[in-house]
Amino acid sequence: MSKRDLVGVISLLILVGFLGLGAASMREFGVVDRAYMDDYIISHSQDEVGANNAVTSVVFDYRGFDTLGEATILFAAVVGVIVIFRREVHE
Amino acid sequence: MSEMSKIVRSISNLLLPFILIYGFYIILHGHLTPGGGFQGGAVVASGLVMVLVAYGSERFASWVKEKHLSVLESIGALGFISLAFLGLSTAFFYNFLAGKGGLFGDIPPEGSNPGALNTAGTLPLMNLAVGLKVIAGLASIVLVMGLASHYFKQGGENDT
Amino acid sequence: MIHNIPYLAVVALVAIGFWAMIFRKNLIKVIIGIAIIESGVNFFLVALGYRSGAYAPIYTHAPSGQMVLPVPQALTLTSIVIGVAVLALMLSLAVQIYKKQGTLDTRKGVLKK
Repeated sequence: MSKRDLVGVISLLILVGFLGLGAASMREFGVVDRAYMDDYIISHSQDEVGANNAVTSVVFDYRGFDTLGEATILFAAVVGVIVIFRREVHE
Repeated sequence: MSEMSKIVRSISNLLLPFILIYGFYIILHGHLTPGGGFQGGAVVASGLVMVLVAYGSERFASWVKEKHLSVLESIGALGFISLAFLGLSTAFFYNFLAGKGGLFGDIPPEGSNPGALNTAGTLPLMNLAVGLKVIAGLASIVLVMGLASHYFKQGGENDT
Repeated sequence: MIHNIPYLAVVALVAIGFWAMIFRKNLIKVIIGIAIIESGVNFFLVALGYRSGAYAPIYTHAPSGQMVLPVPQALTLTSIVIGVAVLALMLSLAVQIYKKQGTLDTRKGVLKK
């Protein structure tokens, strides 16, 4: 085992230890707290947006800016892939 | 990528219409059932990728040009942003069609209901725009990668 | 402790991903590790919004009862699409690195003699 592997093992153990402590001391699975915003969206998505699907009403109406950024990232990724392979495709 | 055997090509011909119909169903019913523009667009794009893998990227590129796909993606992005700007009299991303009657303007009954297609304002139009964008984007990514893999197989300028 | 099994599964996924990123030499395997970490994070977001015994937040033919939280699900959708975009970019860069260096080993190659 080289020195590089030893450093990797130690840092991985520290990371997993802290993550495991955090997961073991989290709130119980299936019991939510502070869900005021979600309860508002569940009860108002039908009369404010008119959509039966509350997830779609969040994606395209309440949090439209997130979807705009997501579409921009998808566009940038497509442009990046085409630029990376431009020489191979067009010659 | 090169062409696959006749069995694979026939089965992919047979399956393609069903996959396309299922994908467009998911896109158009995004405001009523689980799904939406992204998920349905991924289903349609995977159907196109199935045809690409069965027939090889050169023959697929002679049917679906990369130029056309980029035009389709631009139409999707511009439609999404212009739908967001059309509600600017109140706020950016304001749902200006909901509850007005007319196109997609109905309000569904409160609580559990069977679901009417003519509801939810701008959401179905935005689903359609984002679905077009995702179809074109994923299909052009796989198409460009397939053409590039053919180039590497020929030798190219692998100078290392 | 027994109620936190989903969060511990998230920790296991993130640990497997980091192990692949640190100890694997092949670039494709490092990318697979990043994708595993990403699915762990998506799992964590969905698990945060779960309410036990509740139904999906969709009113079409919905049974009566509570509904799970919609906002974490919407953000997970965003995160999945961003993950696909980043994965495509990483794989294209791996192809170009193979073309330049002739190998996918991260500890060999032309630049590092």
